[in-house]
Amino acid sequence: MADLTLPAALRDVEAVRSVRTPARLDYRYTPGTATSRFLHAIEQKRIMGERCPVCRKVYVPPRGACPTDGVPTEEQVELPHTGTVTSFCVVNLQFYGQGMEIPYVSANILLDGSHLPIMHLIQEVQADKVRTGMRVEAVWVPDEEMGPTLESIKWFRPTGEPDVQVDIPGEDHGTGLGSWVGGSPPEDPRAAQTHGGDA
Amino acid sequence: MVIEYPFSRTTGPVIGAFLTGLRERMLVGSRGSDGRVHVPPVESDPLTGEAVSEIVEVGPAGEVTTWAWVNVPHAKHPLDRPFAWALIRLDGADTPMLHVVDAGSIDAMRTGLRVEPRWNDETEGSITDLACFVPVADGEDA
Repeated sequence: MADLTLPAALRDVEAVRSVRTPARLDYRYTPGTATSRFLHAIEQKRIMGERCPVCRKVYVPPRGACPTDGVPTEEQVELPHTGTVTSFCVVNLQFYGQGMEIPYVSANILLDGSHLPIMHLIQEVQADKVRTGMRVEAVWVPDEEMGPTLESIKWFRPTGEPDVQVDIPGEDHGTGLGSWVGGSPPEDPRAAQTHGGDA
Repeated sequence: MVIEYPFSRTTGPVIGAFLTGLRERMLVGSRGSDGRVHVPPVESDPLTGEAVSEIVEVGPAGEVTTWAWVNVPHAKHPLDRPFAWALIRLDGADTPMLHVVDAGSIDAMRTGLRVEPRWNDETEGSITDLACFVPVADGEDA
């Protein structure tokens, strides 16, 4: 490039070559009534989902409505603290703001009796031993650290039970985010209905 | 919940000169092929597209060419009291630069107001080294 003539005062000082331009987004998240119920229950070491009255699926954390049927999910369902890994990711790279030592494992965990996995950490096992179908259980933070946040669950760890079969819709047909375990998909009462006449 | 992206950018020699100037408490612009001085400096001549070759000192004082008063500053604004965003044409410059005028009151603001920079105690080579502009005490309007 062409030579750049500088004012005398800037010729013999160290030039600025880079500048920090951090972007920071502050969010205040309003959880709404359904997720508030979930978070208050978490504080009591209880995991609460909500069941759709139409398709009978149990959503956790609940958002108050079934995304498929568009109806309120009013039935509260207390879930066990155990579940199955339906997919996972081994994180091997250090990045800014990361609170974990690498390698660590983030996983989708389908809690027993629910129909949508939650994302959480898997610990107390070597990263390369984590696998789809692994049975895991929640490890809670000490009582004095419990709060209305999913971080009240420190992480999940293997239970030692035998693996179970995980079926993921979209791998063999269609698309979808839900998974199920144990070989057969959850029953959908609508499958038995005959269509015709309903508005 | 806070999401942060810790970007760092290389400045290149021209913007680097502007930031180096700020660190040295000096304002600079670029002189174009038509002799006009742009502040902040531009990397390419607006008329010919050639790389600019001359960085010149401007200011430090200048005049307000247009402004907007902020009655209720928010957390990310540069001042925590009412202030003006203003375009300020520095002495020796042909283009105005956006910055902040700490005028105290909207009644003290006007187009043509003479202003001068107030620098931070510590400078590091950032636009925020220039805390704000303030009205020149005995300034006569341009």
